[in-house]
Amino acid sequence: MIRAKYINEQTPWQDLTPGGEIYEPGTAREFNTGTWRTDTPVFVVEACKHCMLCVPFCPDSAIPVKGGKRLDFDYMHCKGCGICAEVCPFPGAITMVSGGVPS
Amino acid sequence: MKRVYNLKQEVEKPPRLTGGHRLCAGCGAGVVVAGVLRALNKEDRAVVTNATGCLEVSTFMYPYTAYMDSFIHSAFENSAATCSGVEAAYNALKRRGKVEGTVKFITFGGDGGTYDIGFQSLSGAMERGHDMVYVCYDNEAYMNTGIQRSSSTPRFARTTTSPVGAKNQGKKQEKKDLTDIMVAHNIPYVAQTAPLGNFKDLHTKAYKAIYTEGPCFMNVLSPCPRGWDYPMAKLAEIIKLAVDTCVWPLFEVEEGVWHLSYMPKRKLPVEDFLRPQGRFRHMFEQGNEWMIEAAQAYVDQRWERLLERSGA
Ligand SMILES: Cc1ncc(C[n+]2csc(CCOP(=O)(O)OP(=O)(O)O)c2C)c(N)n1
Ligand code: SF4
Ligand SMILES: [Mg+2]
Repeated sequence: MIRAKYINEQTPWQDLTPGGEIYEPGTAREFNTGTWRTDTPVFVVEACKHCMLCVPFCPDSAIPVKGGKRLDFDYMHCKGCGICAEVCPFPGAITMVSGGVPS
Repeated sequence: MKRVYNLKQEVEKPPRLTGGHRLCAGCGAGVVVAGVLRALNKEDRAVVTNATGCLEVSTFMYPYTAYMDSFIHSAFENSAATCSGVEAAYNALKRRGKVEGTVKFITFGGDGGTYDIGFQSLSGAMERGHDMVYVCYDNEAYMNTGIQRSSSTPRFARTTTSPVGAKNQGKKQEKKDLTDIMVAHNIPYVAQTAPLGNFKDLHTKAYKAIYTEGPCFMNVLSPCPRGWDYPMAKLAEIIKLAVDTCVWPLFEVEEGVWHLSYMPKRKLPVEDFLRPQGRFRHMFEQGNEWMIEAAQAYVDQRWERLLERSGA
């Protein structure tokens, strides 16, 4: 069966998944919403206390966590809303900069 | 059932709502849905049902799904019926030994899909006693079709069908009290919550709702930066103000027993919640002071009633 990442506007209907259903989990991860950003959060790991308060507030699940550490942003999915920078209690850990970079 | 909440442990779980969905930047719905699904035990599976609305069109767009679990959408008005049917089918398969493991059934509906058009479907599913959770992500209007008023829209709020002008000053009616109506269904668990602080309130309520046997209902405040007209980065602040002004009190009703979950240290005046939002801007114009007074009186009356019921 064709994988979601190979399906696009040019795919003939005969090749689409049966019933137009989606057979793999979390295929939205293939889609880049990072290009939506007009502002970008910048993470400074030295200022982060790994309190995790920003993580559940991210509407785009774009703050990865591993082994008790908050990692750098997933810029392929971060839309630059800035909610994380507002909830972070530690100055300098998350700063919003103008523009859609880095990506 | 009682478990100690640990944010660090919870965020270590892989998200069950992934990035790459098309909700607007800063949309509360993504935060609410990821927060509810985080309460699932890691080893359990879920079937997510969704009413038509912003969440549905943004998280499930062929060939992209933002869910790690099974997902089904059929229409705007029948998400609870759809979920209850899937639950019944699962039970039938389980009886025949054709399906293994724990599967939980969770429906998400917007306020339009829940308070209005999907209400009979919701009421029926709750009455039939299906083992499911219905979660309303309440953004107080029909956002996906361009901000029309629903029965959840608060009085005075500006929407495209309750405009502000010479003849009209926002919505004329008060917000329907859906949480109260769900309590009247005498189901095992009803909760009102919001994403707040370390998410303990939302998480523990979602856990209870998911793992309490029988039909459970959660009403979760889900700000929409477009419809409410506030800077998108202010999501957490807007929610905190809704809770601290008692506009959106946090409480739960377990087997008919009311329990207040949060008592603000200092109850703030409602205008603190109204002021940052464009949808209430006209309330601050000269001559409209009575609107703020009316909004305050309404909140005070509801809050007193809640205190009485919960014995707080
Ligand atoms: C029967 C029916 N009527 C109308 C619509 C058009 N429609 C699609 S989404 C939507 C608004 C949904 O509002 P709500 O449930 O509050 O969710 P939100 O978009 O605000 O998250 C409407 C009116 C529809 N899909 N089906
Ligand atoms: S219109 Fe509002 S509710 Fe809909 S996706 Fe955008 S922010 Fe979310
Ligand atoms: Mg809505």
